[in-house]
Amino acid sequence: MSIRTAKKGAMKMPMDGTGPHEIELSPKVSDEVKCTTCYMCACRCGIRVHLRDGRIRYIEGNKDHPVNRGVLCAKGSAGIMNHYSPARLSKPLLRVGERGAGDFKEIEWDEALDLAEKWLGDIRASDPKKLAFFTGRDQSQSLTGWWANQFGTPNFAAHGGFCSVNMAAAGLYSIGGSFWEFGEPDWERAEYFLLFGVAEDHDSNPIKAGLATLKQRGAKFVAVNPVKTGYQAIADEWIGIAPGTDGLFVLALVHELLRADRIDLDFLARYTNAPWLVARDDGLFVRDAAGAPLCWDADKNTAVSALGADFNPRLVGEVTLADGRKAVPAFELMALRYLSPDYAPEAVAERCGVSAATIKRIAAELAHAAFEKQIVLDQPWTDWAGRRHEKTIGRPVAMHAMRGISAHSNGFQTCRALHLLQMLLGAVDTPGSWRYKAPFPRPCPPGPKPTGKPAQVNPGKPMGGMPLGFPLGPEDLLLDDDGQPMRIDKAYSWEAPIAAHGLMHMAIRNAWAGDPYKIDTLFMYMANMAWNSSMNSAGTAAMLTDKNADGSYKIPHIIYSDAFYSEQVAYSDLILPDTTYLERWDCISLLDRPIGSAEGPADAIRQPVVVPDRDVRAFQSVLIELGSRLKLPGFTNADGTPKFPGGYPDYIVNHERKPGVGPLAGFRGVDGDKAGVGAPNPKQLERYIENGAFWRHHLEPDQLYYKHANKGYLEAATKLGLIDKPEQIVLQIYSEPLQRFRNAARGIGAIQAPPEHRARLETYFDPLPFWYPTFEATQIAEAEFPLHAVTQRPMPMYHSWGSQNAWLRQILNRNRLYMHRQTAADLGLADDDWAWITSHHGRVKAQIRTMEGVNPNTVWTWNAIGKRAGTWGLDADAPESNQAFLLNHLIGELLPAKNGYRYSNSDPVTGQAAWYDLRVRVEKAAAAEAGITSPRLPDIATPPHMPEHPAVLRYGSEWKPQ
Amino acid sequence: MTSYAEPAAGAKKLGLVIDLDTCVGCHACAVNCKEWNSGGHSAPMTDLDPYGANADGVWFNRIHTFEAGEGPDSRTVHFPKSCLHCEKPACVEVCPTGASYKREEDGIVLVNADTCIGCKLCSWACPYGAREFDADEGVMKKCTLCIDRIYNENLAPEERVPACVSTCPASARHFGDLGDPQSDVSKLVEARGGYALMPEMGYAPVNRYLPPRAGKKAVGCTGAEAELAKPAETAGLHPLLRWMDKVLSR
Repeated sequence: MSIRTAKKGAMKMPMDGTGPHEIELSPKVSDEVKCTTCYMCACRCGIRVHLRDGRIRYIEGNKDHPVNRGVLCAKGSAGIMNHYSPARLSKPLLRVGERGAGDFKEIEWDEALDLAEKWLGDIRASDPKKLAFFTGRDQSQSLTGWWANQFGTPNFAAHGGFCSVNMAAAGLYSIGGSFWEFGEPDWERAEYFLLFGVAEDHDSNPIKAGLATLKQRGAKFVAVNPVKTGYQAIADEWIGIAPGTDGLFVLALVHELLRADRIDLDFLARYTNAPWLVARDDGLFVRDAAGAPLCWDADKNTAVSALGADFNPRLVGEVTLADGRKAVPAFELMALRYLSPDYAPEAVAERCGVSAATIKRIAAELAHAAFEKQIVLDQPWTDWAGRRHEKTIGRPVAMHAMRGISAHSNGFQTCRALHLLQMLLGAVDTPGSWRYKAPFPRPCPPGPKPTGKPAQVNPGKPMGGMPLGFPLGPEDLLLDDDGQPMRIDKAYSWEAPIAAHGLMHMAIRNAWAGDPYKIDTLFMYMANMAWNSSMNSAGTAAMLTDKNADGSYKIPHIIYSDAFYSEQVAYSDLILPDTTYLERWDCISLLDRPIGSAEGPADAIRQPVVVPDRDVRAFQSVLIELGSRLKLPGFTNADGTPKFPGGYPDYIVNHERKPGVGPLAGFRGVDGDKAGVGAPNPKQLERYIENGAFWRHHLEPDQLYYKHANKGYLEAATKLGLIDKPEQIVLQIYSEPLQRFRNAARGIGAIQAPPEHRARLETYFDPLPFWYPTFEATQIAEAEFPLHAVTQRPMPMYHSWGSQNAWLRQILNRNRLYMHRQTAADLGLADDDWAWITSHHGRVKAQIRTMEGVNPNTVWTWNAIGKRAGTWGLDADAPESNQAFLLNHLIGELLPAKNGYRYSNSDPVTGQAAWYDLRVRVEKAAAAEAGITSPRLPDIATPPHMPEHPAVLRYGSEWKPQ
Repeated sequence: MTSYAEPAAGAKKLGLVIDLDTCVGCHACAVNCKEWNSGGHSAPMTDLDPYGANADGVWFNRIHTFEAGEGPDSRTVHFPKSCLHCEKPACVEVCPTGASYKREEDGIVLVNADTCIGCKLCSWACPYGAREFDADEGVMKKCTLCIDRIYNENLAPEERVPACVSTCPASARHFGDLGDPQSDVSKLVEARGGYALMPEMGYAPVNRYLPPRAGKKAVGCTGAEAELAKPAETAGLHPLLRWMDKVLSR
């Protein structure tokens, strides 16, 4: 019996004599449990969804899942409230009023799809690049990118350009991997951990678990961030660095390590291009007739292929080659640069806001951890050249960085500096260091190249390759015959040559301005570009509603898919309502953004755990149907019938990107016994469900470290289809692709940069990492805007999708401007004062909160709390619209004019949006101005038939044990 | 007034141990608690005006974040707080109907919603502010230590812990019998210097907090010197020369 009774003898009876309190100790929890993958943020945790009476009773972490191992964060635990949100769209919508007003009529799916087919079909038949297809926080980019390719438009990207492309690109061009989904700290063995920038919103559960492990083990945790909030609060040491100076700090650490010769020379010689010879004349690697780079063998005193083994490579000293050219090992160029007094701790301390003594101490601690606490595992392994190593050596220094580093105009080179530091310490994929997550490492950079050259963009035809890729030099840029950008966002043009994730933050601006050309249709998914995902939010909204003289919109058509009534819905013409994450199939694919770990590759699915109670369809299935209707080759059989009549799950199982390689790597082959490569398995999804909605492959113990040079791993990875060839992946201290662009600016080579872009390319395409001041700061009067302004990510929320949530918004539904107590006092500001925050671009009004744990020259707030009144199923007087604010209004998508030209507010290498370059001044608002935040844009109307939301929410009361 | 038997020596005292050294203030425990309890013993966890100007719901567990101290050594503290299941619970003592009571078999303090009259005396009496009034139902609610989980035979044995403990990503929450000196939680409290909250008030809370570990910041904290020494053998030489004759192997 599970009913137990409080013991009468233990407790006095209530005075009114009522009976004892009966408690149901073993109430029924659920009718069934279904495993799927969370989508409350991009962490991709495994969840177990308890269902009762067809509704969601409880969501918990899946203990078997490799990402979260049973835990679940606040966002994931609040999934019920997102799923049952009154902001959910319920039927396709067609705009009937003015854009931005929220006037819609409901239409049937047939009409919606007919309309989309008509708009898109006309474009494809005439000029496919007039479709700009951009997706937001989407995890199906291998499908959406492939769809764009099949359609024939180069104008595709997801949100990486305004998220963390600097991080991804710098890592992929340097070490063939990066942080987050590319790699992870060895939490079990690291002795020293450096965390850079705001990191709370990505890889959220693994980092929290890892930090706890580190602290329990007694390892040292150093947090470098201008703001001491979440993770920084539990760090052993907090470095409240000035925003945008992390690269300088890191290169000062490099200076110290080089000065004291505390670097891992063996690692550099064997695993990096440090010994490769760089020609003095063109700065490119000297290569043999077969194209192999050369080293200088000190024993034989001659140049040899750098790809060989068992020779003694020289790291310093100029050599004269057979043809008379002079060359020098990359190591020497590197060492000379960072030994320069410019990078000495004393030289950088003031700018970074970190004392020279602290920088020196941290350098000493890094070296001590890496070399004095060297790990030696009794684990034999075999290197790429077939040499057996009896032990596995570890350098227990690990690092993680994310958007705080990435979202600056010097972010790419700063991320490169971080990877340089890792390489100098020999702390790449060793026990105790940062480690690759399969499918990484990949060659630096990985293929393929971007697609979208003029010859590749033709009416009615696929492009023949994926829109996004990795250029090796100017010949890979996407330029028209006049040298102008082929893409609407100007990715892969001279303005952003290595824009590996595109520049979504420029798509609307450029489409509105017709620069470089006009488009017809903007098609977006899950991207709140009319609000918190854009710089210059109010200006962007104005661009979306701006009209030509004839009354037509400057951007003629906007199609948008979202599950919720976001601000962007109101600014779109045709709405394709998406399901929630608990109503859909999905795959977390190795072709895209997988969930592998250092222990092996892994992927996962989402399965519908509840049936939609609205007339909505999963976006990916809608996209596939549109592909069939448009007769895109990849989505159509030879007889013209749809190739994936079963929609997205059909595609997940049956699509092959290459023979035997599809969206899911697990349970392939007709019998489901193949991993990585194998024929489609009709029962694949069932097998995933049986396995808890994920698949993982465990690497052998001798494959776990030095994966970039580990024969066992490289061969296994090739067999699994993760890489093409089992060849060593040489880490790139000196980046030749960057030098190729620099040469184009110097007038060297067949393709040369236009004069107006040359100085910029020459400066920023430095093949060795360097630090430079962020752009906005150098183009405004610093005295006028003396403070840095950044956002932090609240752990319980993920952008606007989280801040509508009935539970999460009780934790945070308004935001203050936080500033250092002394800074506030100096400005005559106190807690609760209202203040104007002004940038070169605009101003917002908000309330002040003072604190100690923030860099004195920095102000900050939480990201994406503010909302437009009328959206997201919230009351018009909700605090989100009158007590919350966005910094976005202060951030221009263009930099101030320089030499008559306004570049985008982006990193010059990758085009990454430079959100955190923002500079402001803060002034007390007049007494009459206190009370509400500004700007408050006009309220937005609610579409027809949106549900009334309850005044009292009693969720779960029906399940109360009786 | 309701009287109660103080736990005898050796009596079971179920409670939580919360590690302030690893709590990052993520609110996972608070939200998972709300989620579990939404269909649990004290369901619902009513939310008033959930989509409006004054959203206000029942939460058994709330996270307070504050700064302690000034200057560079100030500390940001994330402090989760829920019922501490006191051995001398003021909330029980003041209850006029006996609705608030402390279970003898495990020490959990509960409210019997059937006899609670919503007078709020208990919330005034609780020194920790750990009671939650459901204005919609007119009854007081509070942390049940997931009494509908910890003994629940429909759950796997390893899942029979409070939801907050089960979900905490930072392993900052532990559950067990603090009346048993040999339990894992008692040993953890012993090893880490765990403390009771405001013991001077005399309510003898069962829950314990583990203090933050001393941060490793000072010179020598990891065994390293204050700064790296220049290699002696290269004094006066061009810095590159030290790497000139290294014998390396590619």
